[in-house]
Parts: sequence; structure tokens; C-alpha cells
Amino acid sequence: MGSEGNTVSSAGNLPGGSVPGAAPKKNKKRRSSVWILMMPLYAFTLVFVFFPLIYMVYLSFMSRAEVWGFVNEFTIGNYKRILEPLYLGTFKDSLKLAFISTIVNIFIGYPYGYFMARLNDKWKKIMMLLVMIPFWTSGLIRLNGWIIVFRSNGVLDKLLMGLHITDAPLKMLYTYPMVVFGMIYALMPFMILAVYSSAEKMDWTLVEASRDLGASAAKTFFHVTLPLTMPGLLSGVILTFIPSMGLFFVADLLGGNKIVLIGNIIQQQLTKGRNLPFAAALSVVLMVLTSLLIALYRRIAGTRQLEGLI
Amino acid sequence: MKKSKFPAIYLTIMTILTFVPIVVTIVYSFNASKITSVWGGFSLSWYEELFHDRDLFRALRNSLILGFAACMISAVIGTLGAIGVKRTNWKINDVISYISTLPIMIPEIILGMVYLAVFSFMGFKFGMLTLIIAHTSFCIPYIFMMVSDRLIGMDPQIEEAARDLGASPVQVFFDITLPSIVPAILSGLLLSFAMSFDDVVISVFVTGSSVNTLPIKIYTRMKTGVTPEINALATVMILVTMTILVLNRVYMRKHS
Repeated sequence: MGSEGNTVSSAGNLPGGSVPGAAPKKNKKRRSSVWILMMPLYAFTLVFVFFPLIYMVYLSFMSRAEVWGFVNEFTIGNYKRILEPLYLGTFKDSLKLAFISTIVNIFIGYPYGYFMARLNDKWKKIMMLLVMIPFWTSGLIRLNGWIIVFRSNGVLDKLLMGLHITDAPLKMLYTYPMVVFGMIYALMPFMILAVYSSAEKMDWTLVEASRDLGASAAKTFFHVTLPLTMPGLLSGVILTFIPSMGLFFVADLLGGNKIVLIGNIIQQQLTKGRNLPFAAALSVVLMVLTSLLIALYRRIAGTRQLEGLI
Repeated sequence: MKKSKFPAIYLTIMTILTFVPIVVTIVYSFNASKITSVWGGFSLSWYEELFHDRDLFRALRNSLILGFAACMISAVIGTLGAIGVKRTNWKINDVISYISTLPIMIPEIILGMVYLAVFSFMGFKFGMLTLIIAHTSFCIPYIFMMVSDRLIGMDPQIEEAARDLGASPVQVFFDITLPSIVPAILSGLLLSFAMSFDDVVISVFVTGSSVNTLPIKIYTRMKTGVTPEINALATVMILVTMTILVLNRVYMRKHS
């Protein structure tokens, strides 16, 4: 990399701009073919992202075929079916679960990301690594660890019974709180990283100024810190809320077959139900919900990119 | 202002909690007993079984091929795309950028469902090809966003100066543009590989009956009950992840 680095610095040190006004004109001419570079992106996006999503909307208005696939007959029956209590209830349950796990994530993840941003450089790097390791370890593997802990007669039961706090297995696995816990745990890193990235960029002298001028810690937090870290917090909300509606394997593995989310229904309609158009209609509704949330985020936060996503 | 100990205590406790499942998995991978809730003494038998499990090795090989292919294709499409979008001012660029990042914004299940439908419509054979296309779709955004971010911070005058001195566009790209965005491409590659290597939701829908990836295998086995062999496999995977992350840190420190 050494030689390239030298090229960069020597080029940068040249006495440039000796012909003002001439450069832009030349550039325009020079860059005329740069658009070719983005054609693969355009092609891939149109063929494999845009078209499939349009196709999904189209499918959702078709009728189901006997075995698999669909028949080219227009119907709004799939959407009507979503209004049936069974499916409407699932949407409500999923939204409720997403809502609860997001709220808990705010209360646990916000302080985490905030405190992390206040550490010195050395500890920031260490903490970053410690957040990233679980985040990059397969979600399934981490669930596997929690199952060992929480299963009947598992690690936690043994511990509690050993300490004589309880005298029978708690049977925590395959319950609703367990699924909520699994969601929170799976998505927490998104919240932490989002809050951290915006707290890190924050101007801490503003906080000090507020305190110096006599504002209480609480007042400073609500009037200075919170507004300044709002983009990160909102981004964290989006990044935890949206996936929690679709992660069917969390509900599957931690909730047994008792807890059913939209994700599980879509999956069942595709596998056992073999009803492609209905699965498409469910996806469209989920997609609309998601888009509304993202649009709302952009309106409030005033930015297009999600904080802390990359 | 006096410094409270609360933040340090809070961070320590929460961090320890997040590591509980990882530590438990590692400890129980050395458990001699077949029943996970009983500790039967130290043993390496699950590792022995793991290394003789051809099914899992085939799945691992598939996951590696898939991750590698999807990341490489995404690196090319995403990097070139980011450069192109930055240098042209087409109005439609914004729309395309937005649509191209949708795969990581919408719930994964939608993407899985959509690809299942579209690939059957297009007449593709479900297997490695469909897996690669699907994974490429959610790897591109990471690379595209990271490279775009890096390009915004770049001084365009350096490239102009090189052109003024007679360098060809290709020369400018390889000598100036590429070296300065390499760290962003590498971070994007690493992140997208991790995402690809971890994906279950999309993969289960777009794979055929003959091709399994590692996460799919783990998922199906977990559904039939936690097996100690999975703990051994998990431990190996955790070690790999940690090594990659630490290497990345070291690399970043060297080049920052």
C-alpha cells in the first residue's frame, strides 16, 4: 500500500487550480462515461429488488392455485382474509411484541450506548469489540445458549434450586416472556450501536455549559442530551422494531408453537399452507407498515441514512 | 463534577449478561453427558463427532462458497455503483440508491417470500445460484453505504490534479480512488460476509432440497432438540468470529 499512499500525497501537494474556471468544463467532458460504472447496480436493483417487490404486489391480488403457485384471476380476497380475527389478531400480537421489545430495548440499550460514548478511547475500542462479538456470532447459536440456560432443569433452574430460591423447575422456555426476551437480546446491539454513534458525535461541552449555568442533571438530560442523541435513538427504534415483526425463528425456537407472529404466518402459508398469493398479501401489509415507519423516521430525524447501521 | 461509578457497573453487568449464552455454549460443548442439563464431566467426544459429520461439513462448504461469491459480486457492484452515483447527478440516482438499500431495511421474511415467488416465475433452479442472488441483494447495501460514506469525505481535487498531470481515468481509479476506499470496502465485505454466514430466514426459502447452508442445518437440528454436537460447532464458529474481528481491529489500527 506504501507506493499508492505516496501517489496520493504527492498528487495532493501539487500547486493546483492555476487555471480557475477551466477545470469544471474539462471535468464535465472527462466524466461523461462515468455513469457506466453504476449500470451493474442499476441492473441488479431493477431486476432483483424492484421487480420482485412489484411482483409481490401483483401476486397478492391473484387467486391461489390448487397445489402451488397462483391463477391469473384478480381478487381482493387475500386482503379480506387478513381482516379475519385470526390474522388480524396475529398482526396485533406482532405489533405488541415489537412494541414491548423496542421499549425495553430503549431503556436498556440507550444508557449502554450513552455510557459507552463517555469512555476514554482505549475502553471505547474494547467495549466496541465486546458488543460486536455477540452481534457477529450467529443469532441461532446465541439462542441455543439461552435454551440451555432456560430450559426446564437447565442451568438457571439448577442454580436457583441449588440456592434454594425455588424448589421446582420454572418452565420458562416456550412462554411469551421468553420470546420477548429473545427478541430484545437479538436486537439490542442495533440500539446500542445507533445510540453510541450519535452520542459519540455529540458536543459534550454543551452538556457542561448547561450544568455550569445551573441546570440540574435531569433537566440537562431532557433539554440537551436527549435532543442531541435523538437521531440515534430513533434509528435504534427503527432497527429494532422492524426486524422484530419478522424474525420467525425466535418465536419458533423459544416460544414453541404457542406464539405466532406475522413472520411465522407468512412462513406457514408458504410451507404448509402452500398459499403464495395470501403470503404475498401478508407481506405487502407488513411492507406498508415498515415503509410508514421509515418515512416517519425520515420526517422526524430529517436524515435519510439510519444512524449506526454501518 | 464528581464521577459516578454507576456507568462502569452498568456496562460491566450488561456486557457479562450478553456473554452468558456464549460462555454456556462453550462450557457445554465439553460436556460428556448427552443430556444438556446434566454435567457429566469433561470430554472432547462432541468435537470428535463434529469432525466426522460429513453433512455439516458439506453445509459449511456451501456457506463459505455462498458467502464468498455473494460478497465478491456485491463488492464489485456496490463499489462501482457508489462511485458512479457520486460522480453523476442523475435525478433517479436517489431513487435507485433507496431501492437498492431496501433489502436490509424490510423484514427478512418479505425478501425470502418474494424471492421464492420470483425465482419460480423466472424459472431458476433453486440451489446455489438462487442463494447467491438473494444474498448478493442484502450484501450490496452494506458495501454501497460504506463506500458512499467514505467517498463523501474524499477530496475531489486530488483526482483532478492527477488527471491534469496526464493520468488516464483507469490509472486514477487504481492509483488514487481505489486505495483510499479500500478500508471501506474491506469493512463492508466483512460485515456482509458475517450477515451472509448467519442468514437463516432468507436462505430457507431460496434454497433447493439438495443444498443446505450451515445456519439452515443448525436450525433444523435445533428444532428437533438441542444436541451437544451443535454446542461444539457453535464454539468453533464463535472462535472464528472472534479471530476475524480481532484481525479486523488490528488491520484498522495499522491503516488508520
